Amino acid sequence: MIFEYAPAPESRSVVTLRESYGLFIDGEFAPAASGENLTSLNPADETKLAQVAVAGPEDVERAVAAARRAQETVWGRMSGAERGKYLFRIARIVQERSRELAVLESLDNGKPIKETRDVDLPLVAAHFFYYAGWADKLAHAGLGPDPKPLGVAAQVIPWNFPLLMLAWKIAPALATGNTVVLKPAETTPLTALVFAEICQEADLPPGVVNILTGAGDTGRALVEHPGVDKVAFTGSTEVGRQIARSVAGTDKRLTLELGGKGANIVYEDAAIDQAVEGIVSGIFFNQGHVCCAGSRLLVQESVADEVLTRLKERVARLRLGDPLDKNTDIGAINSAAQLERIRELTEAGEAEGAQRWSPACDIPESGYWFAPTIFTGVSQAHRVAREEIFGPVLSVLTFRTPDEAVVKANNTPYGLSAGVWTEKGSRMLWTAERLRAGVVWSNTFNKFDPTSPFGGYKESGYGREGGRHGLEAYVG
Amino acid sequence: MAERRGGKKAGKGGAAGAAQAPAVPARLAVRKIYKLYLGGAFPRSESGRSYPVTSNDGTHLANAALASRKDAREAVAAARKAFGGWSGRTAYNRGQILYRVAEVLEGRRDQFAARAVAAQGLSRARAEEVVSAAIDRWVYYAGWTDKVAQVVGGANPVSGPYYNHSAPEPTGVVVVFAPQNAPLLGLTSVLAPVIATGNTAVVVASETAPLAAVDLAEVLATSDLPGGVVGLLTGRVPELGPHLASHADVNALDLTGAGRDAVAFEEAAAQTLTRVVRPGPGADAGEEAWLDPDPGTSRMTPFLETKTVWHPVGV
Repeated sequence: MIFEYAPAPESRSVVTLRESYGLFIDGEFAPAASGENLTSLNPADETKLAQVAVAGPEDVERAVAAARRAQETVWGRMSGAERGKYLFRIARIVQERSRELAVLESLDNGKPIKETRDVDLPLVAAHFFYYAGWADKLAHAGLGPDPKPLGVAAQVIPWNFPLLMLAWKIAPALATGNTVVLKPAETTPLTALVFAEICQEADLPPGVVNILTGAGDTGRALVEHPGVDKVAFTGSTEVGRQIARSVAGTDKRLTLELGGKGANIVYEDAAIDQAVEGIVSGIFFNQGHVCCAGSRLLVQESVADEVLTRLKERVARLRLGDPLDKNTDIGAINSAAQLERIRELTEAGEAEGAQRWSPACDIPESGYWFAPTIFTGVSQAHRVAREEIFGPVLSVLTFRTPDEAVVKANNTPYGLSAGVWTEKGSRMLWTAERLRAGVVWSNTFNKFDPTSPFGGYKESGYGREGGRHGLEAYVG
Repeated sequence: MAERRGGKKAGKGGAAGAAQAPAVPARLAVRKIYKLYLGGAFPRSESGRSYPVTSNDGTHLANAALASRKDAREAVAAARKAFGGWSGRTAYNRGQILYRVAEVLEGRRDQFAARAVAAQGLSRARAEEVVSAAIDRWVYYAGWTDKVAQVVGGANPVSGPYYNHSAPEPTGVVVVFAPQNAPLLGLTSVLAPVIATGNTAVVVASETAPLAAVDLAEVLATSDLPGGVVGLLTGRVPELGPHLASHADVNALDLTGAGRDAVAFEEAAAQTLTRVVRPGPGADAGEEAWLDPDPGTSRMTPFLETKTVWHPVGV
C-alpha cells in the first residue's frame, strides 16, 4: 500500500513583511542616499517579497563612521560581562522569534522549512549563546593575556544560509568588542533586516551592528573602505581572490570562507544504508547550496553498483516542492542566475561524456527548480568533478585502494570538507589524517556546531569560524 | 657575468701595492664556494651566475650564487616532494632533528661568531650573543614540535552524540623571505617555526648578507633533516619573489624580508589564496630585534591549518 503525503504547509501568517526596508545604520532604518532599491523575490514562485535599499559609497561611509563611534565610545569600553549579556539577550530573542525567522528564511531563500526550523534557526541561537559566554573570558582563550578588539569589522555573507552566516560573523565580532557593518546577500536580505529589529529590541547601543543591503558594488565599497580594520567574507573563491588582493598593503585583517568540492569517500566495509543517507544529506541538503557539500562521491569499486542502486532508490523518494511544506526535502534554487549556472555545468557534464540521471520528479511551473541529479562515469578531468556547482548535483567516481581514494579526494584546489564512510576505526583515522580539508565528517556529514571550528585549506580560504578558534579572527 | 667582479683582497692592494714583493703564504687557504641548497644538495645556480658579497665596510667576503627563476621552481618542487614525509614524521622525531640542528650549530659556534664579526662588523661579544641565541632558538622550537597541537587544538563539546576534535596541521610549502639585516638569528627565528610544525620551506636569504644562511644550510644538511625540507636560495628578492609569490604550489609566504615588494607579493598571492604573513614592525631591524627568548606561537600558527574531525557516538 502506498500512502501519499497530504500538503502540510507552515503558515506564513507569522511573518509580517514591510513593503520596503531601509538600511540599518546607527540604530535607525534609513533609505539609501541614492534612493536606489532592489526587490527580493520568493524563488519558489517568483513573487515579490519586499523592496530593500541599495547602499552606495555615502551610506558605507556613514555606517563605518557609526560603527567606529560605537566601538570607541561604547562597545570597546564596556566590560566583557556586559557585552556578553547583550549577546545572551539577542540569542533569547532569536529563540523567541525563531518560527517567524524560519518562515521568512524559507520565503526569501527557497530552502525547506524543515531545514530552517530544525537546522538554521537552532544553530543561529546557539551561536550567539556560545559567543556570549566568551565575552568575559577572552583572557583564557589562549590569545594572550589581554586580547584587544581590532575595531570595525566589514562582513559580507552569502545567500545559502543567510541568518546563520550572519550569526557566524556577528557573534564572535561583538563578543570580542568589535563593531560591525554587515552586508547580506542581494537575494536574501530579509532575515538580516529582521535581525536589525532584534538589535533594537535588545537595546543594543546604536552603531554596534549596522546592516547595509545591496549587491556586489556595495560589498566592494564596504571591504575596500579605509576605515575598516577587519574583513570577513563568505562566498565564492573568485570574489575571495579579489578581496585578498584589495587588502594587500593595508593593515586590514582578513578571513575568507570560500568554495569547495568536497569528496565523500565510501569504503567497501561501510554501513551502506547509513552511507546512502550521508551521501544524500551531503549533497541534497539545502539544494546543494552548501560550500562544504559532499559533491564528489568516491565509492570503492567493489560496492559501487550496490551503493548506486540504493542511492537512486533513496533519491527517487526525495520530495521536491513548496519550501514551506513540512514534508519538503528539496526546495527552490535561490535565484535565476544560480539556476543558470547549475544548468550550464550539468550540460557540460553531459557534453563531456558523463551519464546523467534524475528521478521522475514534478517541477512546479513557476519559480526556480532543479531536480536532484547524479552523474556517473565521471572522470577527474570533467568540469562536474572540478568546479563547484552549488546545486543538487552529485558526481560519482570510483576507486580501488585507500591510497587512490585519498589522491583523488585531494585532487582539487579546494579543501573545505570531506567525508569518510568505513566501519574500521584505524582506516577512518588514516584517511582523515591524509585528507587536506578543514572539516572531515566520518560516518556522518554536514554537521555543524558553534563549538566546532569550520573553515578551509588551500583555495577554500583561511581562518576558522566557530569555537575558540573563531575568536582569533577578531582580536589583535 | 655582469654581476660578478674579481675579489678585492682584504687588507692588500691599494696605492702602494707595487712597491712590495708579494709574500708567499705558509699555506694557501681553501676558499669556500657559496652555493644554493636544494633538495639536500649544494648546486650552483642553473643560470651559472653568482654575485659578490661584501661585509658592512665593503670588504669582499665571497661570491654567492645568484639564483634564477628556474632554481626557485626547483626549490618549490623539492619542498613539495619532501612535504609528505616531513609532515608525516612524528612530532617527537621532528623535535629530535631540530635539537640535532642545535647540537651541530653549537659545535660550529666559533665559526659562526667569527663570520658575524667579519661580515656584519659586530663586536665579538655581540656576535657570540647572537649565535648563542640562534642555537637556543632551535632548542626552543625543538621543544614546541610535540606541544603546539595540544595548545592550539582540542576537543569540541558539540551539542549532540558526536566525538569532535580539532587539530593543527601544517599548511604545506612555505616561502620565507628571510630578514635582510638579521642573517642568522633572524633567519633562524622565521625558519625554525615553519619546519617545526611540519611545513617545508623555501628560503630566500638576505640579499646582502647571504653567507650565514649558506653556512646554516650546511648545519641543516648534517642534522638528519631530510633533503628538500629546507631549500635555500641566494639572490635578488625582486627577481625571485614574483615567481614564488604567485606559484600555485606554494601555500604560504612569510614576507618579513620582502621589503618594498611585500605588497606586490601579497597581491600576487591572492590568486591562489596563499596565506601571507606581512612584515612586522621589526622586519628591517638587525639581529638584536630577534633576541626575545620566548617568541611564543605567533610564528607557528600562521602556517597551521585547523582540521576538525567528527564521528558519531553510538553502539
